[in-house]
Amino acid sequence: MGEVNGVDRAATSAVSVRDLVKRYPKAPVNAVDGVTFDVQPGEVFGLLGPNGAGKTTTIGVLTTRVVPTSGFASVAGVDVVRDPVRARSALAVIPQRSNLDRALSIRNNLIFHAAYHGVSSRERAQRADELLEQFGLLERANVKPDMFSGGQAQRVMVARALMHAPKVLFLDEPSTGLDPAARLFLWDRLQELRHAGVTLVLTTHDMDEAAALADRVGIMDHGKLLALDTPELLMRSVPGGTTLELTTQSDDPARAEAIIGGLGALAEVERVERLESPEGPGGQLRVRLYVVGDAPLLVAPAAGVLAAHGAALSDVKLGIPTLEDVFIGLTGRALR
Amino acid sequence: MSATTPGLDVVPTQRRVFLAVLQRDIYVTWGEFPVFLAQVILQPFFLLFIFGKVLGSLGYTRTGYADLLFPGLLALTAVVTSMQTLAFPLVIEFGWTKEIEDRLLAPMSTGLVAAEKVLFAAIRSLIATAVMIPIGILVLGSIPWRAAGLPLFLAFVVLGALLGAALGLVLGTLVKPNRINIVFSLVFTPLLFTGCSQYPWPSLARLRWFQILTAANPMTYVSEGLRGALIPSVPHIEPWICLLVLAGSLALLLAVGTRGFYRRAVD
Repeated sequence: MGEVNGVDRAATSAVSVRDLVKRYPKAPVNAVDGVTFDVQPGEVFGLLGPNGAGKTTTIGVLTTRVVPTSGFASVAGVDVVRDPVRARSALAVIPQRSNLDRALSIRNNLIFHAAYHGVSSRERAQRADELLEQFGLLERANVKPDMFSGGQAQRVMVARALMHAPKVLFLDEPSTGLDPAARLFLWDRLQELRHAGVTLVLTTHDMDEAAALADRVGIMDHGKLLALDTPELLMRSVPGGTTLELTTQSDDPARAEAIIGGLGALAEVERVERLESPEGPGGQLRVRLYVVGDAPLLVAPAAGVLAAHGAALSDVKLGIPTLEDVFIGLTGRALR
Repeated sequence: MSATTPGLDVVPTQRRVFLAVLQRDIYVTWGEFPVFLAQVILQPFFLLFIFGKVLGSLGYTRTGYADLLFPGLLALTAVVTSMQTLAFPLVIEFGWTKEIEDRLLAPMSTGLVAAEKVLFAAIRSLIATAVMIPIGILVLGSIPWRAAGLPLFLAFVVLGALLGAALGLVLGTLVKPNRINIVFSLVFTPLLFTGCSQYPWPSLARLRWFQILTAANPMTYVSEGLRGALIPSVPHIEPWICLLVLAGSLALLLAVGTRGFYRRAVD
């Protein structure tokens, strides 16, 4: 790929990363080791991987806090290494741990943040009121954030980040340490932001979070991007991952053979495996279909095959892989 | 929703962001002004009271000692206030609370964030030093003062404030939070007592080794410079030497401190 093409694409992408490498001084290996990806405007992009995979360093480069060893990174079309000041105008960061200004009230945290970003004083006050209201913070607006729990602090940080209307919002492990209610609140707000067209880039080691929020997920390990796709396509890519188990009442071996043959002939069925059937009065036929496409869509055709042979479907079980399975498939080990 | 309100595409000018950050610091200090004053005034006040007033009244110090002590305590206030203002919070902000991140992520060059810290520390220090003047009059009855020395006086107070800020920047970026207590007592106390604030430098000729030691403390040149400005009859280091040494140390410390700041701010 030519450098020119990469940079051209960077101009229209919300986030663009090309062959990014970061090696910390005295570190034996690269923390980020040749990562390339693009995030389109309005997209929710998740970087999934275990601790130490290089996600946070990648976000660090994009948010101008880490200088890459080599490679290119841009946010909203601005080269983050060459013009960090301009890039900071277009982005906002929600860190893992609270970095709220403890000397200022919640409201002033929002107001001064906007001031740092050049928002006019009238607009500052108005936006602060709107966001405090929206995030359920009005009652505590004049309190200093000392005593805030992780979830409350994060709420304030999201509200603060929105004060300067960033084009790209970076969230580092947004759900870590949140109780279920706080997590749902956050997810709802993030969905709203997505609908409002804000580009979201989040890192997570939580596959549920990645699957629930992200339009596309990049799976990272040891500084490398191992896979990058929509959660659905990633999960479908797991070899032998998607299965459909069918049970029917049948003790006739000849009919069973015919049924298995018929199921194997269905499009999107890779192979059919006959499962041990527990001894029963009428006898059972249990089969597992390994599916390449959408397993639920195969239920009707499969039932059709059974019906054609005079058998009735008595049980159906879908086996759909998770992002965890994707990670295991790629690295041979569990995410955590 | 409001988050997408367009029209914020324009990157604000560096000056505007700088002023907003400075405004934040002024706002916070203003909110705790009495605490701030007590914090910075107490030490020089007691030094002045004990050494200038009490010991003099008891006859343990010669007449005129208060006059040469006062410029030294102004120097001490100027240097120490800005150093404390900058160093302590910076260590904590970088190492623990991470509060500084919101400013590091403001659309402003990282060097300007450091420059704001230095400027603000110097402003606080100038206020504290100014407050020492009425306190001096109150405690001592009169202070050495001459209008002709005003330009040099102002120059040395400002240089002292900046020197302390630069020292604070170096300490604040070099010290790890878990070492803060050790380092500050190891650096702070010697700095306090080798800066010629309680004795004029030429008089140390009888204590040659200590004289050499004190010459290595840049605060000495603030004390001596202020003595030259306010009470030139007391033997002191020539003001031009003081100016030169201070300019040099300031440049060096600012360079080291800014480098340290960059190292802490950007990986």
